[in-house]
Amino acid sequence: MEVNPNKHIAHSAHADAHGHAHGHHDHDHDHDDNFWSKYIFTTDHKMIAKQFLNTAIFMAFLAMFMSLIFRMQLAWPDAKIPFLQDMIGKWGKDGKLDPGFYLALVTIHGTIMVFFVLTGGLSGTFSNLLIPLQVGARDMASGFLNALSFWFFALSSVVMLVSLGVESGPASGGWTVYPPLSALPQAIPGSGLGMTLWLVSMVFFIASSLLGGINYISTILNLRTKGMSMTRLPLTIWAFFITAILGVLSFPVLLAAALLLVFDRSFGTSFYLSDIFIDGAPLDHAGGSPILYQHLFWFLGHPEVYIVLLPALGLTSEVISVNARKPIFGYKAMIGSMLVIAFLSFIVWGHHMFVTGMNPFLGSVFVFTTLLVAIPSAVKVFNYITTLWRGNIQFTPQMLFGIGLVSTFITGGLTGIILGDSALDINVHDTYFVVAHFHIVMGSSAIFGMFAGVYHWFPRMYGRMMNKPLGYIHFWLTLIGLYGTFFPMHFLGLAGLPRRYYAFTSYEAFDTLININHIVTVFAIIGGLAQFIFLFNFYYSIKYGKKSVQNPWKSNTLEWTAPVEHLHGNWPGAIPEVHRWPYDYGKPGAPDDFIPQTVPFSETPESNTPHDH
Amino acid sequence: MNILLILAVVFGTLVLVRLANVAAIASKLSGENEEAEQESANRWNSIGMLTFLIVGLITMFYLINAYAPLMLPVSASEHGVAIDELMNINWIVLFITFLITQILLFFFAFKYKFNKNRRSFYFHDNNKLEAIWTVIPTIVLASLIVTGLQEWNDITNKSDKMEGLKIQIYAKQFDFTARYAGDDKNLARTNFRLINDVNPLGVDSLDKYAADDIISKELVMPKGAEIELVINSRDVIHSVYLPHFRVQMNAVPGMTTRFSFKPTMTTAEMQKETKNPKFEYVMLCNKVCGVAHYNMKMPVRVVEMAEYQEWLKAQPLVFPVAGESTAGASTATAEASATMTSGTN
Ligand code: HEM
Ligand SMILES: [Cu+2]
Ligand SMILES: [Cu+2]
Repeated sequence: MEVNPNKHIAHSAHADAHGHAHGHHDHDHDHDDNFWSKYIFTTDHKMIAKQFLNTAIFMAFLAMFMSLIFRMQLAWPDAKIPFLQDMIGKWGKDGKLDPGFYLALVTIHGTIMVFFVLTGGLSGTFSNLLIPLQVGARDMASGFLNALSFWFFALSSVVMLVSLGVESGPASGGWTVYPPLSALPQAIPGSGLGMTLWLVSMVFFIASSLLGGINYISTILNLRTKGMSMTRLPLTIWAFFITAILGVLSFPVLLAAALLLVFDRSFGTSFYLSDIFIDGAPLDHAGGSPILYQHLFWFLGHPEVYIVLLPALGLTSEVISVNARKPIFGYKAMIGSMLVIAFLSFIVWGHHMFVTGMNPFLGSVFVFTTLLVAIPSAVKVFNYITTLWRGNIQFTPQMLFGIGLVSTFITGGLTGIILGDSALDINVHDTYFVVAHFHIVMGSSAIFGMFAGVYHWFPRMYGRMMNKPLGYIHFWLTLIGLYGTFFPMHFLGLAGLPRRYYAFTSYEAFDTLININHIVTVFAIIGGLAQFIFLFNFYYSIKYGKKSVQNPWKSNTLEWTAPVEHLHGNWPGAIPEVHRWPYDYGKPGAPDDFIPQTVPFSETPESNTPHDH
Repeated sequence: MNILLILAVVFGTLVLVRLANVAAIASKLSGENEEAEQESANRWNSIGMLTFLIVGLITMFYLINAYAPLMLPVSASEHGVAIDELMNINWIVLFITFLITQILLFFFAFKYKFNKNRRSFYFHDNNKLEAIWTVIPTIVLASLIVTGLQEWNDITNKSDKMEGLKIQIYAKQFDFTARYAGDDKNLARTNFRLINDVNPLGVDSLDKYAADDIISKELVMPKGAEIELVINSRDVIHSVYLPHFRVQMNAVPGMTTRFSFKPTMTTAEMQKETKNPKFEYVMLCNKVCGVAHYNMKMPVRVVEMAEYQEWLKAQPLVFPVAGESTAGASTATAEASATMTSGTN
């Protein structure tokens, strides 16, 4: 391979997939030293990843804080919450949470968690960080679009935050913002300016997500280094790839839904509105259907839960394999099941609408497709478990979170079978059973995957190690906190407790359930406090963590062949060439228990097998 | 519940103390002996895995047992009993799967902790295993799908062909109103443009079925009769939720939805069943519909047929006889009839 140390590499990093003539990255760094171009208007994928991560951490704490406020309200509806008025002003007069603001908190909590933390934050951080580094590219296909993607994300976050401060309150119709409630300010104050800002924010968010997604897809397809065939890609990359495709196909539909809602709200159209009498007068809107919105929303909404989940599963596949010192079991089956899940995720959206009065036969079709998703999901779970079997497990914090993900994925996935069965859904739809289900399968699993990713790739991002003992404490408290919070919610739902209720005090039948609500809130507080351990560890380690070696986890993938110091273009010399799949851990005959992807078969005669990849 | 909290606190402290030990060892050997540090972490965390599994399962069984009396009582409707049975079958299947997978997961994590003198088993593909765990879930799911869909068809087909007792549930922010069909067994059509203070449902007084329609702020149903709820909303989406009857259906403006079922237990019988003399059925709104969503409800009573008929006679008509208040509505009807929608026949 020819190396030309003088060739300048442009910032947009035209990585050369065919591996010849790569220049040494030796140009002067003058313009990099400027604070603005280095930290703010950077086009370097590693810096953009960090921007996404830090924004997401901020948003996550905000959303968590909201959930703790409304959890306290639910557990102690008659008590006064100390300092509430100081924190949220007129909405918490004398420590009593305003019922309208309760709905606003629930809505913004859900929106932030789903979109800003687990879509923008999770994909934004790890797709950006890992795609170029793991496929062997100098940067993303378009560094500029990538930076733009972050700036739309930041803008959308700011608009969402601003909406919290408006006089009539932020959007309050639930994170799904179903019209007519979300279309009519007469119906709820949050549907005034707050809802407008919510929609504006989502439009920016969708733009960000599309710019990011297109970039991820083209980088993976076009900029793989020599030897990196699709079947040698780490499962992380496969997961980001499929996630990006899901996003590109489904977010535009959400945009359409949102735009039609804007028209109905502001320009007098009637896409979603018909036969409405409100505030003492009939409205002129005629002929629309609120159900149309639900179809459009869930056409994104269901793929969205896999946009949240797949990256977490991808990160976990990598983390579990590395730390079990064992190849991931069923590499091709893992890819296949992700593809099947992705495909099915487009034809199951109706399971959110069984009791909207939809045609029962259509409902049956959605039952069928929905329950099919359980098959590839089960395959993934069994593959993870088999990967642990006879492994040689290093219990790093990321490994613990990886195992935690598999556990919550099982628990939450199983209750999905109840909800996907239309006959059974009748009585648990929109109850706390649903809240329990999606927090475990989507919320907890994706958060665990994200933590696994942060602990594992922190050295790659910041050149230092996070503190392990703190990581262990963080994991155990989080695991206990999450199960303690969300497991008992199943019982609330089975007892018939509706979600999005400010209080249950006017229902005698529910009085006996208050004990469960106490337990839930106590564990939520434990879990919430545990996150401060993480926060401390994260920022402390950026500054004072132990310096990382180049390959701290003895991994095979390409990101660990780049120097610890960040360079534009990632590798100082030529881009490494790839000769094998990424999962040669514990291969019999090899001197070490791992063989990096860059090691050719010719150098490992002692461990080669007849049908080597 | 107190036992539980204590259990959790004890377990939590145990883990913390153990980990504090780890941290202490770590700081002592900091940098010098990373391997020993990791070895001790491996030991404690793998024990943590096993402990979590055992304590978790015990807690779960305890909760299921402790909360059983708080769950919904036996279903007060015919199809509800079938739903509950189906639910139980599902729970058995899911529970077995849950136990197998979680036990394997945490047990393997416990068992195969790192040992530097050992290599993991280089095992990355096995078509037979993959086939087994694709085919078995497929069979299990197929049977769950089939039984589920049969039940779904039974419940929803009734709505199509049944000639039941029609009761309209009319939702608005933030209450429900019930309308009974009266002697002619048919509900008159409604139109949102006819709504006014004396005609809150916008019933069309020109409809030939209108004269005997009856309204009520309480839903009273005769035991054993086929009931067909005809559901409408006049502002935002609400949801008619009758948890004790396993009934739920959204109320959507601009559209009529229906749910048919047969109540099988009177309120009095349910009071005996639950050993709670104050027990009352309730209808809740189960789709977020505004600030007072959490207080949107309607009392529900099931009584014997004779008592029902007594009760019905005592309820006010939509258009009280003598026609005092219908005059204005009639003219409005003529104007609006062109844009007539939401027929509720
Ligand atoms: C600190 C941890 C968390 C707690 C204690 C918590 C608690 C809750 C509760 C109690 C509700 C339902 C309130 C109601 O319906 O009245 C809720 C809603 C929701 N949460 Fe969380 N949550 C947490 C983390 C998360 C995470 C990680 C996600 C990411 C998926 C998430 C997503 C949502 C969504 C989508 C909703 C529905 C919002 C709506 O009804 O419109 N939450 N949360
Ligand atoms: Cu879905
Ligand atoms: Cu309502």
